[in-house]
Amino acid sequence: MVDIIHYLILSGVLFAISIAGIILNRKNVLIILMSIELMLLAVNLNFIIFSHFLNDLSGQIFVFFILTVAAAESAIGLAIIIILYRNHGTINVEKLSGLKG
Amino acid sequence: MNFELIIFYFYALVATLSALAVILVKNPVHSALNLILCFFSVAAIWILLEAEFLGLVLILVYVGAVMVLFLFVLMMLNLNIKELKEGFVQHLPLAILSAGIMLVQTILLFFNIKIKTMPEISSNITNSKQLGTLLYSEYLLQFEIAGVILLVAIIAAIGLTIRKKPKENKYQNPAEQVKSHKKDRLKIVKMKTEDYDG
Repeated sequence: MVDIIHYLILSGVLFAISIAGIILNRKNVLIILMSIELMLLAVNLNFIIFSHFLNDLSGQIFVFFILTVAAAESAIGLAIIIILYRNHGTINVEKLSGLKG
Repeated sequence: MNFELIIFYFYALVATLSALAVILVKNPVHSALNLILCFFSVAAIWILLEAEFLGLVLILVYVGAVMVLFLFVLMMLNLNIKELKEGFVQHLPLAILSAGIMLVQTILLFFNIKIKTMPEISSNITNSKQLGTLLYSEYLLQFEIAGVILLVAIIAAIGLTIRKKPKENKYQNPAEQVKSHKKDRLKIVKMKTEDYDG
């Protein structure tokens, strides 16, 4: 039996790594998208930990829906990246200033 | 040290190292492959937490579909790796600072968590059966909404990436071909036969 704190620290570490990834790879949209996937994974891990230790299956149902939405999100995100590359020839975030934001 | 703890530490170490590799390696293809390894080890940890169904779904859906999609896109685009890694060292202190503060805060919070660990109810019902029962009874509406979300995602992805052919191209319209009917094309003209005197 592994104590709950071990699992929680693992999910915290994964979340912190993905935040560092978003800041480090500011130019590459694809790595930012991967970092977001990693972040969702850490959150899902948290849901499953508490679902296991509280003996409540609702947490796992929630993870199921998060996985669905994350899959949809990454599919649309990748489609957007493809049309960005087709129109601009690059996926460098700093050069994508068409909206003057 | 019991066996479960050793397994947990092994997978946690692999997950952490591969997550670090995802954000640190130069080549985006390598970071996608490292992300696959990370998903695998986290799926193992989910199975260790008795969420077998979700662990397998993570491997099937994420490794089998989403990451393959990522790899497709990565290999289709002709990326300039050097240009995309610029400013890496410049942002490093900020990244370490913010991630470190975040980590310390979360861990402080986690150490103060006091939950009553519920006694495990030993039952013969498998995890997937329990989840399925819950999903098709209590969460039926949400389940159907999830299906609609996936449909919207399919339509959006196709609609965004579809490339319309220019008007002047000469190509067949399959719908018109299928709809065409004999009476639109063929005109039967009745005529009186002429008398023929030999």
